[in-house]
Amino acid sequence: MSLILEAAVLGILTGGVYALMASGLTLIFGVMRIINVGHGALVILGAYLSFALFRSLHMDPFLSLVVTMPVMFALGVLLQLVFIRPLKTDREALSVLVTYALALGIEGVLGYIFTTNYQQLRAWYETASFEVFGFHITYVYVFGFVLCLAILGALFLVLYRTSFGGAVRATMLNRTAAQLVGVDVDRVAALAFGLGVATAAAGGVVFGVTNAFNPNSHYDLISRLLTIIVLGGLGSLRGAIIAALIMLVTEDITAVVISPVWANFVFFVILIAVLIVRPQGLYGTRVRDRI
Amino acid sequence: MTGPGSLVTRINRTAAFKALGLAVLAVVALLLPAIAPDPATTDKAVFTVMFVGLATAWNIMGGYTGYISLGHAAFFGFGAYAFGLLLVHLNITPGYAPFLLVPVAGLLTASLAVGIGWVALRTRAATFVIVTIAFMFIVQLLAENLVKVTGGGAGLGLPYPREWGGDFFNTPFYYAMLALAIIALVLSWWIRRSKFGLGLLAIRDDEDKALAVGVPTRTFKLTAFVISAALVGMIGSVFAYYMTYIYPQFVVDPLIGISMVLMAFLGGLGTLSGPVIGALLLEPAQLEFAYRFGASRLYLLFYAAVFLIVILLLPRGIVPSVTDLFRGWRRRRQMGP
Repeated sequence: MSLILEAAVLGILTGGVYALMASGLTLIFGVMRIINVGHGALVILGAYLSFALFRSLHMDPFLSLVVTMPVMFALGVLLQLVFIRPLKTDREALSVLVTYALALGIEGVLGYIFTTNYQQLRAWYETASFEVFGFHITYVYVFGFVLCLAILGALFLVLYRTSFGGAVRATMLNRTAAQLVGVDVDRVAALAFGLGVATAAAGGVVFGVTNAFNPNSHYDLISRLLTIIVLGGLGSLRGAIIAALIMLVTEDITAVVISPVWANFVFFVILIAVLIVRPQGLYGTRVRDRI
Repeated sequence: MTGPGSLVTRINRTAAFKALGLAVLAVVALLLPAIAPDPATTDKAVFTVMFVGLATAWNIMGGYTGYISLGHAAFFGFGAYAFGLLLVHLNITPGYAPFLLVPVAGLLTASLAVGIGWVALRTRAATFVIVTIAFMFIVQLLAENLVKVTGGGAGLGLPYPREWGGDFFNTPFYYAMLALAIIALVLSWWIRRSKFGLGLLAIRDDEDKALAVGVPTRTFKLTAFVISAALVGMIGSVFAYYMTYIYPQFVVDPLIGISMVLMAFLGGLGTLSGPVIGALLLEPAQLEFAYRFGASRLYLLFYAAVFLIVILLLPRGIVPSVTDLFRGWRRRRQMGP
């Protein structure tokens, strides 16, 4: 029983990281109606940027976010301008292919620079742990969770307390109507993409401290993130966060109760169940011609 | 009205042109192992023809109905494993006999596709794409974790025909791949001309309206999905026999899944000849690149670059763009002095 409880706590802590990564993905979908298949690769890129800073400047991984998040934000805006904006017809399908291509490109470059050996971000809190109620919890999970909460909080503040956030939410609700009331939809899309990619950088650091990664890791990551946002309902931030927590807690408990090998399947089993019962996801709305 | 510029002559001439091109292509394809018997060339030919078949099969679903599946590698890998396991457990002497198992692997893949399609086709557009990706990873995970059945990450070795030595070894595989590609093309051609195909195109243009005018959309989509998957599974089984050794990441490879999509897009989505042209252009180039830069993974960059160029500059693909160009040129010439 205590093992299950411990697994649940760990699931919530790691769920926070996935919530952060998935919220970037679902934000991008909500604003632009595109699925960023390259999101996993961008997370891994963020992890490698912090890895490079650590290797060359011995910068603490979490501290390096001060550098990598703005860089990744700029990269996101650039990618949107160069590769997403030119798509005029059939954006939804074509954007999947474009972002898939970006993922392959990032994987290729990272493989060329860093080889395909596994790496992990190192810091003192990566192995040190403390005890609460008899559980041993590694610091990194707590730090990562707090960091993700802080960034998610900042994201919500931006979205719900600023006029830019109002424009983003208006665009998510109805693109044409937002345009009619004077929202510069193209600018909102570029900045939202930048924001999504910047959160990927933060997710990448936490992922990189808690997991070994190589340029190939993005496949595993993106399949999980996509499953999470489908479960939450495409374009719903709340849905993505709750779905991430549900998925990770269930996965970690399965790992303890059944076996770690089958824990991966839980993700997909839940996905199939959701699709049969509620194809629009937890918080999705069913639009006749979209979902 | 049979003057040089009349409609009848023009259609006749275009048809004759097409028939001639097709005949030349068919002769070259059939005689290739005799023209260029060295194994390096025939090996490339096996893969190129394989992708002609894969892209054509994918196009039956992705091109005609507009449902983009990025997870067809699941069916490729499933077909490969179904074939490999049958071959190993039935103790069939390697040679020509195992080719008889290819349709069996196709049937097994089809039954898997009925299940996957039933769930995945409850969703549309973006969600469908995601679900197909997820299913691909399910199949990959299963192949890896059902160690007792598949051998897991250690892979599965297949018996191979030792008597097919030297230059001849690739030839039977080449013809098997060619036969499957031709079957896929004939099916694609027939579907395109049939009422069923018309229904699929209607689904692509507007699914709700198609349903409203009486197209049984669910059945049609599922049928197209299953046909497409079964063809891919059969091609996967020949691939497994040719490779003689398979493992999960090798046959359920996301790159194979995305390659057939890229080829269909490059040539022209929803056209008959598009996927063929796409595969004939891309696969040899890709093999060359993987051969030169494979170790450094830079070939992924080549992939990404081709992909981005195709989608940003030629979003409709070669065949529709060239056809339009040709028609425009024709019209201008007719209107001239």
